[in-house]
Amino acid sequence: MSTPHPVTTVDLAETPLRDLNRTLHQARQGSFRVLNPRGAHAVACGIDADIAVEVHGSVGYYCAGMHQKGSVYVDGNASTGLAENIMSGTVRISGSATMSAGATGHGGLVVIEGNAGARCGISLKGADIVVGGNVGHMSAFMAQAGNLVVLGDAGADLGDSVYEANLYVRGEVVSLGADATEKDMRAEHVRTVAGLLDAAGMEADPVDFKRYGSARNLYNFHIDDIDAEVARRAG
Amino acid sequence: MCGIVGLFLKTERFQPRLGELTASMLHEMRDRGPDSAGFAVYDQGRAGTTRITVLAEGQRPDWSRTGADLENVLEAEVSVRPIRDHAVLETAGDGSRARQWLIDNSPELDVLSYGTQIEIYKAVGDPDLVAINYDLRSRSGTHALAHTRMATESAVTTNGSHPFATGADTCLVHNGSLSNYNWLRTRLERQGEMFQTENDSEVAAGYLAWRLREGDSLKQALERALLALDGFFTFAIGIEDGFAILRDPIACKPAIVAETDDWVAMSSEYRAITHLPDSGHATVWEPAPGVIYTWTRAA
Repeated sequence: MSTPHPVTTVDLAETPLRDLNRTLHQARQGSFRVLNPRGAHAVACGIDADIAVEVHGSVGYYCAGMHQKGSVYVDGNASTGLAENIMSGTVRISGSATMSAGATGHGGLVVIEGNAGARCGISLKGADIVVGGNVGHMSAFMAQAGNLVVLGDAGADLGDSVYEANLYVRGEVVSLGADATEKDMRAEHVRTVAGLLDAAGMEADPVDFKRYGSARNLYNFHIDDIDAEVARRAG
Repeated sequence: MCGIVGLFLKTERFQPRLGELTASMLHEMRDRGPDSAGFAVYDQGRAGTTRITVLAEGQRPDWSRTGADLENVLEAEVSVRPIRDHAVLETAGDGSRARQWLIDNSPELDVLSYGTQIEIYKAVGDPDLVAINYDLRSRSGTHALAHTRMATESAVTTNGSHPFATGADTCLVHNGSLSNYNWLRTRLERQGEMFQTENDSEVAAGYLAWRLREGDSLKQALERALLALDGFFTFAIGIEDGFAILRDPIACKPAIVAETDDWVAMSSEYRAITHLPDSGHATVWEPAPGVIYTWTRAA
């Protein structure tokens, strides 16, 4: 039986942020508790090990950015770019996130228990995002792969220019963006949502969600446009 | 970039500490705008007395001469309170007239504000030094706005610094950039607005001043501004007895709001709010795009 690792506490009221992040980058295992973040930027950024970090208080920009393998939990709110470019592992916050949460995430899971602001999951590339509340306008803009699950409502222009990401919304969608459309919710999609709700520890009936995705008109070449293309090439 | 902060005190509790709290918020926004800074402070003022804040950048002009000239124009007494290269002129005379006369006749001066409650200070350089040099911390009052500037649309000069005020007790700080401001400035000049800089944000301040003068409420003026102004903006706006926040419909420029029973604060970033009393228990939210938020002090 292995001994549980002691929890290392880092108080940002006393310790410079760079020291915290250096400690987290050097750690290969263990648990960390971060106190007094006071809205600092780049808290727990660039983790690449199976460690667990708990942040007590609200954080600034790019918290848990470029995250891999481990878990980060924020008991508070987060500003722009929470878990931006997450590759794997889990990032979870108890409060709300402002703009561009989970932007460009390639893998892993981002859980926002409150609301997410504008452009949640912009250019998503394979990560999963579960939002307990609402998401703001232009969420999943140009999202290429992955899943965005929203238990509340979605703001204007959801999924504008989306590629092959799936967007699941339980509540109202103010409007869909260019080339976004409602799609059939088939059994496989219900299973996906059920799995993500379980992973996020959120209670909802997956059947209540609607699925949105790409109408695939924007990024496919249209034979009807051939004349314009020939004319363009001829100059 | 640019950093903006606004603090509106809903009760009297923290009024003696307005300047100190605003300075701590401004300090946190230093990284967002190291080029220059400015602040506006509103206090109760004295009934029937208009204050005009003027700037003679880097100079120590003969303010008594300015005061005497103004006394002749306004046919009212003018007292002068110099603060480094700024001065606050106090008079029972017509503040709007004073502003216009100073702009027309004292090209070496910038008129930063006029009104019964507002004073504005601004300077190039480290925002903390600006706060120290113009003694922000010791100020009491009801509400304040401050700005740290990373110049984009015009040069790093004091008169390109925020807040901007063209109308009585009305001022604005802006993060973003407007694209139709030259066109709008020409139109506003035809309506009698007077501008002193080439700055886009001054035009936004002028637009609001014009609408308020035309009888709009602050909310009505901002509803029109949403249609009239083209560009990116997060605004914090102060009037005599009110405070407002507005973001453009795309909302690229950040904003966060926190509110308690005693105060409402807005800032570009949350960290500016963490120093405020009881901020841990404040209601915190991101203002929605294109939505007008206003607060008014009960009379």
